Amino acid sequence: MAQPDYIVIGAGTVGVSLAYGLQKRGQAVCVVDGGARDFRAARANFGLVWVQGKGGNLPAYARWTAESAALWPGFRDALEQCSGIGVDYQKPGGLAFSLSEQALRDRRAVLEVIGGGALPEGVEMLDRDALQARLPDAPLGPDVAGASYGASDGHVNPLKLLAALQQGVLQLGGEILWDWPVQTLRTTDHGYELTGPDGAKLRAANVIVAAGLATSGIVAPLGIDSPLRPQRGQLLVTERMAPMLPMPCSGLRQTADGTVMIGATHEDVGLDTGTTQASATILAERALRILPALGGARIVRQWSGLRVLSPDGGPLYTQPESYPGLWTVSCHSGVTLAAVHAERLAEQILAGALTGDTRHFSEDRFHVPTPA
Amino acid sequence: MFRPLPDSPEGPTVTVFVEGQPVVARDGETAASVLLRHLGTARITPVSESPRAPFCMMGCCFDCLAEIDGKGSTQSCLVPVREGMTIARQMGARKVVA
Amino acid sequence: MMIFDVAIIGAGPAGMQAACDLRRRDLSVVVLDEQPAPGGQIWRGVERNCQPGSHLAQGLGAEYRQGADVARSFRASGADYRPLSRVWQIEESSKEAMAQGWQVFVTRESQAEVIEARRILLANGAQERPVPFPGWTRPGVLTVGAAQILLKSGGLLPEGPVWICGAGPLPLLYAHQLRKLGGQIAGFLDTAPRDTLRRGLPHLNGALRDWKSLAKGLGWQAGMRLSGLRRETGVTQLRAEGGDRLERIRWQTPEGEKSATAGVLLIHEGLVPSVHPTLSLQCEHAWSDAQQSLRPVLDPWGETTRSGLFVAGDAAGIDGAKAALAKGALAAIGIARSLGVLSDARARHARVAGDRALSKARAARPLLDSLYPAPEGKIGDDTIVCRCEELTAGQIRAAARRGAADPDRVKAETRAGMGPCQGRQCGYTIARLIAEAHDMPRADVGFHNIRPPLKPVTLGELASLGKTKA
Ligand SMILES: Cc1cc2nc3c(=O)[nH]c(=O)nc-3n(C[C@H](O)[C@H](O)[C@H](O)COP(=O)(O)OP(=O)(O)OC[C@H]3O[C@@H](n4cnc5c(N)ncnc54)[C@H](O)[C@@H]3O)c2cc1C
Ligand SMILES: Cc1cc2nc3c(=O)[nH]c(=O)nc-3n(C[C@H](O)[C@H](O)[C@H](O)COP(=O)(O)OP(=O)(O)OC[C@H]3O[C@@H](n4cnc5c(N)ncnc54)[C@H](O)[C@@H]3O)c2cc1C
Ligand code: FES
Repeated sequence: MAQPDYIVIGAGTVGVSLAYGLQKRGQAVCVVDGGARDFRAARANFGLVWVQGKGGNLPAYARWTAESAALWPGFRDALEQCSGIGVDYQKPGGLAFSLSEQALRDRRAVLEVIGGGALPEGVEMLDRDALQARLPDAPLGPDVAGASYGASDGHVNPLKLLAALQQGVLQLGGEILWDWPVQTLRTTDHGYELTGPDGAKLRAANVIVAAGLATSGIVAPLGIDSPLRPQRGQLLVTERMAPMLPMPCSGLRQTADGTVMIGATHEDVGLDTGTTQASATILAERALRILPALGGARIVRQWSGLRVLSPDGGPLYTQPESYPGLWTVSCHSGVTLAAVHAERLAEQILAGALTGDTRHFSEDRFHVPTPA
Repeated sequence: MFRPLPDSPEGPTVTVFVEGQPVVARDGETAASVLLRHLGTARITPVSESPRAPFCMMGCCFDCLAEIDGKGSTQSCLVPVREGMTIARQMGARKVVA
Repeated sequence: MMIFDVAIIGAGPAGMQAACDLRRRDLSVVVLDEQPAPGGQIWRGVERNCQPGSHLAQGLGAEYRQGADVARSFRASGADYRPLSRVWQIEESSKEAMAQGWQVFVTRESQAEVIEARRILLANGAQERPVPFPGWTRPGVLTVGAAQILLKSGGLLPEGPVWICGAGPLPLLYAHQLRKLGGQIAGFLDTAPRDTLRRGLPHLNGALRDWKSLAKGLGWQAGMRLSGLRRETGVTQLRAEGGDRLERIRWQTPEGEKSATAGVLLIHEGLVPSVHPTLSLQCEHAWSDAQQSLRPVLDPWGETTRSGLFVAGDAAGIDGAKAALAKGALAAIGIARSLGVLSDARARHARVAGDRALSKARAARPLLDSLYPAPEGKIGDDTIVCRCEELTAGQIRAAARRGAADPDRVKAETRAGMGPCQGRQCGYTIARLIAEAHDMPRADVGFHNIRPPLKPVTLGELASLGKTKA
């Protein structure tokens, strides 16, 4: 490729969603990805396209998420057609279980705050009987008091999504350089220059840094603050089972292949992607409180990933004024946001500025001026 | 596919039930071995629903997954027979509620 | 809870030998094995089969019967032996709990349990190298090792037209055992390259140090020739055809395509160390070109790159049972040394005999490795590679070409290696296909990440560990 219009650093879900969106809009995009030992949230996640309960502290995030969920079906159709890879996306709505009456009341209260005093559109509270009626093949455990149901929620195979996005970028004429860890990023007269392995160089007028947890380190030398922290999530997955869960649930979802995923823990352990037996036991205990019949199901794999978290958990998009053409894009829910990233955010990047809700996602929000 | 040695060591035998049928097995034999000589297969795969039989007999191929005493997805090659044991092929994906 | 000095995984030659030696030094030892009785692969069922006058024990041969003595010493050693115990995970204990220690997670009779020990010895052996070919998932196709296990544990002989296809000592030994026990074989398809003798020649001299084993191997071959058994050499492109059962096999030789009716097809292409535990514990591994497989990197005492974790026997590299005994003895010395029961000087003195035994036991190995190289034949696009997820070589190749030469990426995109066998059947083949697609040395591809559990475990078993603790 001659000099690309955009270089995207990071071929994770976030990076390739943007690359796909830009390439679709006629831009020449080159994506570079890191080494085999990198942290890759995109390969470790749970696969929810999830709206309910998001953005309690950041209303713009709730709206942005809902917009993405609304875009997802069309995004899926176009992506599958372009890449030839099915991503197993479904939008049957989703459930968040409550394991006591009190928890169910608390859940309603949280959702009502997000909805501005009432349950948000598409969200219902289900008592135990109503819930069991929606899960006829999954006898509930005695502790289950009920659940909230969100009609906008869905799920996808996140690994196929990643492969499809990567394939989509290539199909549209973009380029992906594997095993091309960026060592340095510096400004030139006409934009930016990246140094990669063995001193190789790449130049472009526009660069998007979407390298997950590595984002902060890449832009720090330019004086850009990108406050991200890792949070470990451990997950379990069972062997293939006959269909029993017709919709994804918080912490429990049956994939199109029949496997049941159980997750995820929230652990502050730094950059450690190990797994622990203790966490597996905690996840198993919770799953069995909800569905005791799963007791005989066999776990075939346990793994972990590091969430990419900003201080308030919302997305972190920046376009520093002193660096025209340079963007950082990171977020926790890159699967959920894949559609809105490929469509709306790509448009905004092309237009050169964050507009509307995304203005709330810059790192400025963490620099509350301290009173003198 | 397999037959006992003509002058098989005397040793004790047990009776197990393969999909309801009583079968005499040599003590020390595994459930997979009984499935193999009695039915010739152990399971139907959940992916393409094709038949499979024990392949490695030492716990590393998982083609002997069967239902033993009601427990699904058991590696039958690692389970020695016991008097009265029930053995059945595993037909496709497991069901949570049998 | 009791903390053992040493937990040994595997009661084969290596594990039993190490247990006996460690007990002699008065260390507390627990031995976990998923088999119902001691013996490992070579000596499976040895206690039961070696009854006086047993026809089966005679047929299995003198080397098999020797296992009875080792098993007897092991039983008498005072090690806490737990059969039918499947180890599904090993973790280093959190530092506060013990100076250094490990937790071993085990299921026995559907009950999960945690066992704590200061040192771990993995003596978990080897498995047969999976080499995919069209029809290898069809009922009627088994490995030679599987057939031998059926013989050792059930006294079963294969019947119907029985074919053996492959290369290596094990098929020769098994064919020999069958002949002695009155089993019938329709033919032996030898996949070793025809120039195999020329390849072996440079290693012959060294191998003569173990002339007894060589003589034995030659004896098996001669026996096969004398018995008038049909034998084909230079065999490639094996296929197992039929419907739901094996009906016919087809193969190529330099002379052309041939076929035959078949009821049972037994295949074998050598052994590879069982490295899932050491891979999942992120020990360093090295690629062996001679054996076309990975093995954990060990120091001279058998310790992995994770301190306190030792490996012995064929799990450390394929060298056979005699070497496994020697490696078990050496690891026991290394463990005693690391526990401070044996000074470094004494340990060095103690290991001399073991080193000598090991070097002798390994003498014929380079010859064997060159006689029976891992097959290199191209795997057809429609051949199933991942037996669990039923993925073909074509699907793996397409994924391999799509991006970086990273087995974890290919696994993520295809699910190859994500089924219950966790890549024990497909891992090496996938790496081979990636190497082929990216035209790179096989050694540089590596292996996909191995995640817990080592063997599938039920949610109920996992959850039960919480309740017992509380
Ligand atoms: C346990 C868990 C569960 C989750 N569940 C969900 C869920 O259900 N729904 C949802 O929407 N989201 C979920 N997520 C979040 C989702 O996985 C992430 O938001 C998404 O994958 C983020 O992808 P990413 O592209 O930002 O980062 P990553 O996937 O981490 O990708 C970063 C990429 O940057 C590359 N890179 C790093 N440094 C360099 C460099 N110097 N040069 C070049 N390339 C570099 C890396 O190689 C890597 O490929 C979950 C996350 C975790 C950890
Ligand atoms: C199928 C097969 C048949 C063989 N037959 C012969 C033969 O007839 N003659 C010969 O000379 N060589 C034979 N070999 C070669 C064999 O590897 C060595 O001869 C010898 O048995 C190696 O000894 P070892 O102690 O290293 O391991 P092994 O003898 O293999 O013992 C390992 C033990 O570890 C146990 N184990 C493994 N993983 C776990 C786990 N997760 N939890 C609990 N227990 C576990 C196994 O049950 C096994 O008993 C055979 C190998 C195989 C794979
Ligand atoms: S036959 Fe291979 S695991 Fe049982």
